[in-house]
Amino acid sequence: MSGMQHSTYTPKSGLGRWIDARMPLPRLMYDSFVAYPVPRNLNYAYTFGGILSLMLGLQIATGVVLAMHYAANSGLAFNSVEGIMRDVNQGWLLRYMHSTGASFFFIAVYVHMFRGLYYGSYKAPRELLWILGCIIYLLMMATAFMGYVLPWGQMSFWGATVITGFFSAIPLVGDWIQQLLIGGFAVGNPTLNRFFSLHYLLPFMIAGVVILHIWALHVAGQTNPTGIEVKSKTDTVPFSPHATVKDGFAMVVFLFFFAYFIFYIPNFLGHADNYVEANPLKTPSEIVPEWYFLPFYAILRAITFNIGPINSKLGGVLAMFGSIVLLFIVPWLDTSKIRSAVYRPWYKLFFWIFIADVIMLGWIGAKPPEGIYPTLALLGAIWYYAHFLIILPVLGLIETPRRMPNSITEAVLAKNGGSAHPAGATAEPHTKG
Amino acid sequence: MSAHEAANETVDGNRRDFLYIATGMAGVVGAASVAWPFIDQMQPDASTLALAQVEVDVSSVKKGASLIVKWRGKPVVVRYRTDKEVQEGKSVQLSELKDPVARNANLPSDAPATDANRTVPKREAWMVMVQVCTHLGCIPLGQQGEYGGWFCPCHGSQYDTAGRIRKGPAPENMAIPVYEFTSETVVRIG
Amino acid sequence: MRKILHGLAALAIVAAGTVVVAAAQDEKNAEPTHFPMLPPQQLSWSFAGPFGTYDKEQLQRGLKVYREVCSACHSLNLVAFRSLKDLGYSDAQVKAFAAQYQIHDGPNDDGDMFDRPGKPSDHFPAPFPNEEAAAAANGGAAPPDLSLMAKAREVQRGFPRFIFDIFTQYEEGGPDYIHAFVSGFGQNPPAGVTIPEGTFYNPHFMSAVSTHMPPPLQDGQVAYDDGAPQTVNQYATDVAAFLMWAAEPHLQVRKEIGFRVMIFLLIFGVLVYLTKRKVWAEVAH
Repeated sequence: MSGMQHSTYTPKSGLGRWIDARMPLPRLMYDSFVAYPVPRNLNYAYTFGGILSLMLGLQIATGVVLAMHYAANSGLAFNSVEGIMRDVNQGWLLRYMHSTGASFFFIAVYVHMFRGLYYGSYKAPRELLWILGCIIYLLMMATAFMGYVLPWGQMSFWGATVITGFFSAIPLVGDWIQQLLIGGFAVGNPTLNRFFSLHYLLPFMIAGVVILHIWALHVAGQTNPTGIEVKSKTDTVPFSPHATVKDGFAMVVFLFFFAYFIFYIPNFLGHADNYVEANPLKTPSEIVPEWYFLPFYAILRAITFNIGPINSKLGGVLAMFGSIVLLFIVPWLDTSKIRSAVYRPWYKLFFWIFIADVIMLGWIGAKPPEGIYPTLALLGAIWYYAHFLIILPVLGLIETPRRMPNSITEAVLAKNGGSAHPAGATAEPHTKG
Repeated sequence: MSAHEAANETVDGNRRDFLYIATGMAGVVGAASVAWPFIDQMQPDASTLALAQVEVDVSSVKKGASLIVKWRGKPVVVRYRTDKEVQEGKSVQLSELKDPVARNANLPSDAPATDANRTVPKREAWMVMVQVCTHLGCIPLGQQGEYGGWFCPCHGSQYDTAGRIRKGPAPENMAIPVYEFTSETVVRIG
Repeated sequence: MRKILHGLAALAIVAAGTVVVAAAQDEKNAEPTHFPMLPPQQLSWSFAGPFGTYDKEQLQRGLKVYREVCSACHSLNLVAFRSLKDLGYSDAQVKAFAAQYQIHDGPNDDGDMFDRPGKPSDHFPAPFPNEEAAAAANGGAAPPDLSLMAKAREVQRGFPRFIFDIFTQYEEGGPDYIHAFVSGFGQNPPAGVTIPEGTFYNPHFMSAVSTHMPPPLQDGQVAYDDGAPQTVNQYATDVAAFLMWAAEPHLQVRKEIGFRVMIFLLIFGVLVYLTKRKVWAEVAH
């Protein structure tokens, strides 16, 4: 159901009509964020899109002011960050908001993505919506990685060395590509300069793709926990005030946790070694990426053997990038006719196993590659791939779904013990996120 | 609808309005509080403020010589004026001045621009002045121009031996910073 | 088919179970190649917790220890004299303190570098002109700068303690480490551990069995005038607290503002929740 199909916006003032006839931006805003109908049964898992918009705005705002004090030069960068922490008025606050904000941005995006996977939000006609989301996620990873290099601590430097090293695994042109990326034979001042430039650029590209993402969303309309498309007006409520106030409440709760980390444990999610200035001659005892990359890092390290003509280095890099590529094709890997896990008992089980697998991979990613961990990483990586390449396609063909209600309204009334639609309303009450 | 129900509804309505207003106000307070650090960070930081006061040893400055020091990123001239220069400064009538106010941060803001008021007491031969043209911020050249004081090459402003604007586009006398002779040979500026 | 699915799920759960058990076992058999050999003692710091504040007298003592002991080899590059006002010193005291140091400055009008007394706007001067000189004078290992040491060292907490740390707000791994390391000399190495020539055994050192740093402190070495015990343990505690301040000078104001922000968000959250309930009152969802 699209709110874009016919506009109910009627400008009240003369000025409103004048603008509407020339550039109907207020009409677009009204249709997108006021009158836009959303399913009435959205739970709190659906508020993370709004939270993500807030986080993107906050990261850009804090980032722009930090750039006013930051020096993108390998001789100055570390001390300029410390100048922000010590001398700039409220600089410590802005910097902790930005560094902790990156982590909370990823917390929100992971909830958002897992919600999409759980409720089958990627299924037709929302494949493009999903792919745009995957592009945003990729851009976020690139932005976060380059941002982490900027303080020019030990982890910054060695993280940059390791990650740009991925590209040297590519046959024939790998070394050339790596040199192209870092602007030298090792990570250095040219690397820092270009990463700063790109770190400043990419968030605005993210903002652009977010607009496309919302556009695609508003064409297809939101899914909902039942996975049943909107059929009548009673299935929906207007975006404002219903969704805005619900999103607003979720944002305040999210900000509460965010503020707790900023003010009380701002370095909990960081790494102590990044408070040591970069030293190209000395590697830290362990190189660990930020927590949000750990599952992928574990998959990278899981491949410790050659696979035919592919050596272990290239194999690891391919496995890692492949694990992200899989996300793009999820709409075509999932063969189920049913959208939501609520009516797919087996998918629900495998979904939670998948979550456990990803968490386990993240935990292994933080461990040194010794003892049992490489084996565990390999098992976890195999399960990750199997989930997408075997479980998703096969499950859709063989699973017997639960009986579904006929409409959202029916599901809601059944849940609330309504007697209006006794027959056929077998939707099981799902807990609200 | 009974009267009782109607009354209930207005009470409910009032309560709802109050809730909406309270929530809205709290939101505005929150947004404003978040906005403040973003503005505050633009102000001079602690390391800049720490340099806001400099002490200058002027023991090497002979009569007729000047010393230029950097203070808050601007050149400050410390000039031990010759008797002739002081004499010239004192002989000017206030009515001849383009800007009759002293512009001396050590004095009230309406002090007249006499030669003595352009200096501090007992050190009237010493000019301590921010050597920045009050027109558009160029650095005037010392001991030049029609009045033997300063001359700004950018747009031709002419200052006299007490740094007062006499001719040209500049609107004000050059600024005198807060300063003090802490000993015979040391000036503390700022 | 149902059986297959059941089997698969069971397999996954069993696999996960073995993994956890195996990992737990692995944790126990930690090899002696892992450092530090002994975890640091967890002290109770005045600046810990949501209402933590710096103890100014302790910071002053810590400054004294840094000045009389550590500063012989370790720089404190990022700390400016002016910020010592945080320790409770007056402007005049800071000025006098700074003036005791010689700052290399220049060039002057003749093009020469010169030494002059320090000013409040100067930073602590380094004991060595550059890292190479520092390394050359210290058996090849340059003593690290201490400005951020309290944040640049951490204690491996492991699962599940790192989760509890979120709620206990444990962020004092750095000072705990510094205290343990500085006071951790003078113990006898366990049998079978060889100590390389020119190094000193310290089971709390984070990257080897021994360190190039000689034992820095002895009882009574630094004279305190506020009656605090003049012991190695007290010196180590005080200097660790001082270095925490040096690394995070705005910690106290951060926690104060944080408390106000949390209270505001709590109240605002309740208001928005009530508004949300009102708005949704007529809609079953």
